[in-house]
Amino acid sequence: MAKADKKPRGKVAKIARRTFLVGSVAVVGGVTFGVWRYKTPYGNPLEKDLPDGEATLTPYVKINQDGVTIITPRAEMGQGVQTTLAAMVAEELDMDWADVRIEHGPPSKAYYNAALLEEMAGYSSTDNSEKAARARGLTKIPAKFLALQVTGGSTSMVDAYEKMRLAGASARAALLKAAAKRFDVDVDTLTTMAGHVVAPSGERFAYTQLAEDAAKVKLPKRPKLRAKSDWKLLGKSLPRLDMVGKATGTETYSLDVRLPNMLYAALKMGPMVGAQLETYDASAAKDMPGVEAILPISDGVAVLARNSWAAMQAAQEISAEFKAPDYRQSSDEQFAAFATQFNDDHLDDESRNDGDIEGALQSGNIIEREYSVPYLAHATMEPMNATAQLKDGRLDIWVGTQSPLALQQIARTVTGLEMENIHVHTLAMGGGFGRRSETDYAIQAVEIAQQLQGRPVKLTWSREDDMRHDVYRPMATARFKGKIENGKAAALDGQLMCASTLESAMGRSGMPAPGSDFSTVQAAWDQPFDIPNYRIRGYRSQQQLPLGYWRSVGASQNAFFHDSMMDEMAHAAGVDPLEFRLQSINHMPSRKVLERVGEMSSWGSILPAGRARGIGFCLSFGVPSAQVIEISQTDDGIKLEKAFAVVDVGTVLDPRNVEAQVFGGMTFGLTAAIMGEITVEGGEVVQGNFDSYDALRMYQAPTFEVEILENEPHIRGIGEPGTPPAAPAIVNAIFALTGRRLRSLPLNKHVDFV
Amino acid sequence: MKTLNINGQTYQTDADGETPLLWVIRDEIGLTGTKFGCGIAACGACTVHVDGTPVRSCSYPLGAIEGEAITTIEGLGTPEALHALQAAWIKHQVAQCGYCQSGQLMSAAALLKETPTPTDSDIDEAMSGNLCRCGAYPRIRAAIHTAAKSIGEGA
Repeated sequence: MAKADKKPRGKVAKIARRTFLVGSVAVVGGVTFGVWRYKTPYGNPLEKDLPDGEATLTPYVKINQDGVTIITPRAEMGQGVQTTLAAMVAEELDMDWADVRIEHGPPSKAYYNAALLEEMAGYSSTDNSEKAARARGLTKIPAKFLALQVTGGSTSMVDAYEKMRLAGASARAALLKAAAKRFDVDVDTLTTMAGHVVAPSGERFAYTQLAEDAAKVKLPKRPKLRAKSDWKLLGKSLPRLDMVGKATGTETYSLDVRLPNMLYAALKMGPMVGAQLETYDASAAKDMPGVEAILPISDGVAVLARNSWAAMQAAQEISAEFKAPDYRQSSDEQFAAFATQFNDDHLDDESRNDGDIEGALQSGNIIEREYSVPYLAHATMEPMNATAQLKDGRLDIWVGTQSPLALQQIARTVTGLEMENIHVHTLAMGGGFGRRSETDYAIQAVEIAQQLQGRPVKLTWSREDDMRHDVYRPMATARFKGKIENGKAAALDGQLMCASTLESAMGRSGMPAPGSDFSTVQAAWDQPFDIPNYRIRGYRSQQQLPLGYWRSVGASQNAFFHDSMMDEMAHAAGVDPLEFRLQSINHMPSRKVLERVGEMSSWGSILPAGRARGIGFCLSFGVPSAQVIEISQTDDGIKLEKAFAVVDVGTVLDPRNVEAQVFGGMTFGLTAAIMGEITVEGGEVVQGNFDSYDALRMYQAPTFEVEILENEPHIRGIGEPGTPPAAPAIVNAIFALTGRRLRSLPLNKHVDFV
Repeated sequence: MKTLNINGQTYQTDADGETPLLWVIRDEIGLTGTKFGCGIAACGACTVHVDGTPVRSCSYPLGAIEGEAITTIEGLGTPEALHALQAAWIKHQVAQCGYCQSGQLMSAAALLKETPTPTDSDIDEAMSGNLCRCGAYPRIRAAIHTAAKSIGEGA
């Protein structure tokens, strides 16, 4: 383990020692690529399979006789990303929203996510200095060369905001040039409207008629983008392109893929996560109704049957031996280990150390608190599944995935096929939350397909498979010390302990994880508070269950730790909790969200007996997010009454969709805080289905009021920042209601809820 | 061979009698709008109507069907001919990942048939068996009220 005294100091050194990982592709800090190569664009992947009569103007626009198709190369897992990406292109291209058609497009390096590694540059998102901007800019280079086509980290808007508008503007410029030639007029006399180029005479050419000519035109390097004040689509709440399909059962998720002669597969997997198959006996399964074949793969035994249920039933009848992974047998043992490891041997990160923390904590009004959270599963509504077919040297995979390019690369390793013969069809996801950035389930389907001589196979995990073979949000413990002086926070020392998500994820891709793990201290080290003595340290314990990226990642636990402590310090100081936070805040957009949520919730007004409010705040993914929740005591337990949430995303492109992400994200956080817990006993995950790992239901959910501010100078993504403040808000409300301070989650182990 | 009446159409199946209706509908017949979520009637994603009553098709064996009329999301309405609830779902932009919505809509449809102008607590009761991990609940509630109103006005 890295020791504090060996650590390089200063920001530049910090960049070098950070390690980046996304999907299954690792970037080790210090890898450099020539900038000249970085500036060379990737080719347009659409040119390869273009039929006659179709033209592609940029990697994002394809036009044929039937219309214009916009490529939206980020995966739709419910966040509405494809609608907003399409709107960026359509805005500049001048299209009617009703005519917009989209495709996810093929996996391609051209669709790399330049924003993905930005937050790992070692600068707080509130740092708008030139130096910070330069460091963030440099992360685009590895992002490009690693070809990270990944949906995650609330980065899609940040990455696409300029890129996709430029794509639309370039395509429009090319169409205008082509039309100018046809009309034989000066290009400046032409305008565009609703998918047509219009001449001064009023004569019109549809884009579809101009596309072939336009494809021959040299694209302008830097077309002019429309002013925000001229936007017709962006900034408006648009009907989502996937809404009719989702309201009528006609949207195609990967679970809905049907191919001629397809077999349905289920798996017998090991009882411990990541176990490799040793021996098996399928004699009790092979003659069950509907069963057609039984095939071993590296981490399980597959049953192939006429339908998924027959396959799942038979899989349960297989007895198998697995090589068990070597990890602690219970989560209690893991927590016990944490308690002994807050020492220099386990110190992983010290991203913040302001003032003289040791000195400040020598004397005065000091409070010490310890908090903990359990493992969490993703539990997407659609269990993991994938369909694969390997026929005549061509592999097709139909799958909901956040990492199509990484999947293609791993499938190449598994099958030995060339990339061009591996076709990943990315479909709508019944939830992602980070789970579908893994490739395990899809590779299992490939392994089965390899044994089927051309027959397609759909592998579906049971809910129990899904919950017991996840990559989990880590369990974690935090120790805080705070000092109050003159009613203000004078010192805050946070020590954050968990196993490393980065190390776990890199391990799955067979790579070491040198350097510290950013996610351990995420949204704790960079909170926008001026506290004279302020230190945040991350500690690394050893691995138990495999860990993965769960909606809002480290912020999901660190907001609970850090902001609970702020609330405890406010009460210890005898200062109103909102006022206490505002006293120390040093970032204007963060101040505004706190002030606004206070106004919306009538913070400070007297509530009737048996009612109380709590506030929560977290800056994550560059988004300040403040929430108030009002609760009441009923005969059936605590009831969530009203929730208020304010975020600042810099520039809001689709307000109604941002609102959905905020109340949805907050509900996700409330579910985790109130009832979310995965435990390990005898090496196995205990919870298997929604009866033991439930989520908030309609009668339990509060009403919501959401507001979106635009004080931030940069555009931000909103898939995650709604989640982190929910846990401190509800915990702080319970303290206000009952006087009980709850410091470990889930809360339903301590109090009853409706 | 068993004959099933789904959305007014007749289908034949020789699947094992213990097979849950869900998998007959999805894998054997090919109507994929009805979703698999848990297999233990805990999440509601697989909700269909059997003679108008909402049931969890993942836990309803094929052998228990004796000629009843089965309705799935495809029988509720289509993109060209939307049910009032589906129109309200679109108006309120309810869905996020959308995977649970077929089940939500079937539960809501059964509620409105029984209780044409439901209160919030009627909605809570009827919809508590349907999970939504995206947390679309506020819009589901609003859409049910909108649909109730539009049906009431004969729209």
